[in-house]
Amino acid sequence: MSVETRADSAIPAESAHPLKHSRPLGDRLFAALALAAGLLVLVILVLIAVSTSQQASSWFSAEGLKIFSDNWNPGANDYGVLAFIYGTAITAVIAVVIAVPVSIGIALLLTEVVPRRRSAPIVYVVDLLAVVPSVVWGLWGILVFAPWAQHIYNSIASGVNGIWVLGFLFGGQNISGASFFTAGLILAFMITPIVTSLSREVIATTPSIDKQGAYALGATRWEMIRGVVWPHSQGGVVGAILLGVGRAMGETIAAALVIGSSPTITSHLFAPGYDMPAGIANLFGESSGIFRASLMGMGVLLFVITIVINVLARGVVERSARRSRGA
Amino acid sequence: MAVTAQAPGGPQNIDLREPPSWRRTKNRLMTVLMVLAFVITIVPLGFVLVTVIAKGASVISWQFLTSGIPPNVLPANVGGMGPAIVGTLEITALATVISVPLGVLGAIYINEYGGKGILARIVRFMSDVMTGVPSIIMGLFIFTLWTLHFQYSGLGGALALACLMLPIIIRSSEEMLKLVPDALREGSYALGASKARVTVTVVLPAAIGGIVSGALLAVARAAGETAPLLFTIGIVTSVNSNVFSGATTSLPNQIFQNATQPYTGAQARGWGAALTLVVIAFIFMITARLVTARFAKYSS
Repeated sequence: MSVETRADSAIPAESAHPLKHSRPLGDRLFAALALAAGLLVLVILVLIAVSTSQQASSWFSAEGLKIFSDNWNPGANDYGVLAFIYGTAITAVIAVVIAVPVSIGIALLLTEVVPRRRSAPIVYVVDLLAVVPSVVWGLWGILVFAPWAQHIYNSIASGVNGIWVLGFLFGGQNISGASFFTAGLILAFMITPIVTSLSREVIATTPSIDKQGAYALGATRWEMIRGVVWPHSQGGVVGAILLGVGRAMGETIAAALVIGSSPTITSHLFAPGYDMPAGIANLFGESSGIFRASLMGMGVLLFVITIVINVLARGVVERSARRSRGA
Repeated sequence: MAVTAQAPGGPQNIDLREPPSWRRTKNRLMTVLMVLAFVITIVPLGFVLVTVIAKGASVISWQFLTSGIPPNVLPANVGGMGPAIVGTLEITALATVISVPLGVLGAIYINEYGGKGILARIVRFMSDVMTGVPSIIMGLFIFTLWTLHFQYSGLGGALALACLMLPIIIRSSEEMLKLVPDALREGSYALGASKARVTVTVVLPAAIGGIVSGALLAVARAAGETAPLLFTIGIVTSVNSNVFSGATTSLPNQIFQNATQPYTGAQARGWGAALTLVVIAFIFMITARLVTARFAKYSS
């Protein structure tokens, strides 16, 4: 503080150009501090990539391309993680298929149907979904939801077995309350708030003059949404969906509790499975050597995948935001 | 809305009839679907909250909030979650102390110093990206960098949580700084203040309501995180009040552990811990709302 006070009055008397004086020391220190804090984000991201890859290197070098095999058997030193990657992808797809229509519905409800001053309670409820901690979703999922879902899954499975696509997805023998579907469903609840709030931001930027134009032509509200809001918001909503995918892939603890903890690749969604974050969370404590390196390696894969998805998503969102500002 | 509002006494040659019924039906159907989407989100939320309150409230007592964690086989009326509550509060507080100053400084860099420069744009973009990095990765990262060398400690957990909170705080603070009118800055410059002084004494106070509210939301999120703490703080059954050394424990970690226990006593303690955790997170969230309502001078 004392540095700054001194710096404030510091226009060097001998300076030939009073307006071109060098900036005082305190000012430069503060600027440097702010810059350092800003750069910290980049430093952390690089450090994450470097340090975790280094820990995982013995897995990469010991297994080579076998890291992508579906043969996971730590007892026999087989560390192929395809089943975990598959589980990550399939649960994220389930989550997005459920969460996206719901989120877009709520976003449209908030922006186009409910008057602005009445929308606060709805926003509040959706935000509450995000405040419930992951582990509480997991606790509820495994102790309350899964035992109940087991019965429903069983009856659905016995009903659809043998029917073409349905039997393929919802049939099978190995039905469990803790399964890909349960994990996907709970992930869907968890990503709904972020997909909703981002879609809502994008949808809210639709110029009201365009909307009024549509109404003036005699469009109903839904026709206005189809004809004006949707073309305008498409890009941004795609970005919001991608972000939802990224979140669903990385969500750890809820999935670790309800996914069933069985590294299998199957089309049957009611069967127990595994995904990458859940595998790391559940197995890391008891691991060592190459086993631990393989879990670190899963972390590296997960990091790379989520970074790529987030960069894509943010890029899409920013591009559409720029376009709508320019329009 | 505008469609159904027929202007009385409008020009006679304009067709003001309602749209054909199938169009109205479709419009109504879609509105119903939107409301249904909202109802769909209330149902699971209601189920979770009711279950947590019902099962948790029967366990919670003063003894539950203060006693040590008993072995899992013991019934629900023995012991409590004291060490986990202390751990959660300590670790979250330390993480806040680490991440809030850094986050606000980062936001100041992006909004006040970087401007439209390429580096500031990269930092902002990567902060956005970093909010999407899974929390378990932060746990692995701090495990590698810290825990491997310095053993389990509350500090390790706080560092992992701070990594998680940092980008959230940067982005929320930056949004708030952006709302401060340039006229305020220009006025202070005109009085001869340096940039650092303008930032600290004019811009920050103007945005402080929003910054605090954003930070509280980040704290609410961090307090409920389990994954970053799994490999960094260890697990204990009695209070470790030293956050800087020795293994400790936290509410989310205890819930995670108890959720997979077959013993009803352990499960009941899990529900009690869940209720405590939800209440803590809600307190932060509600405080954030109040701060926004009371102190935010500029809003978007």
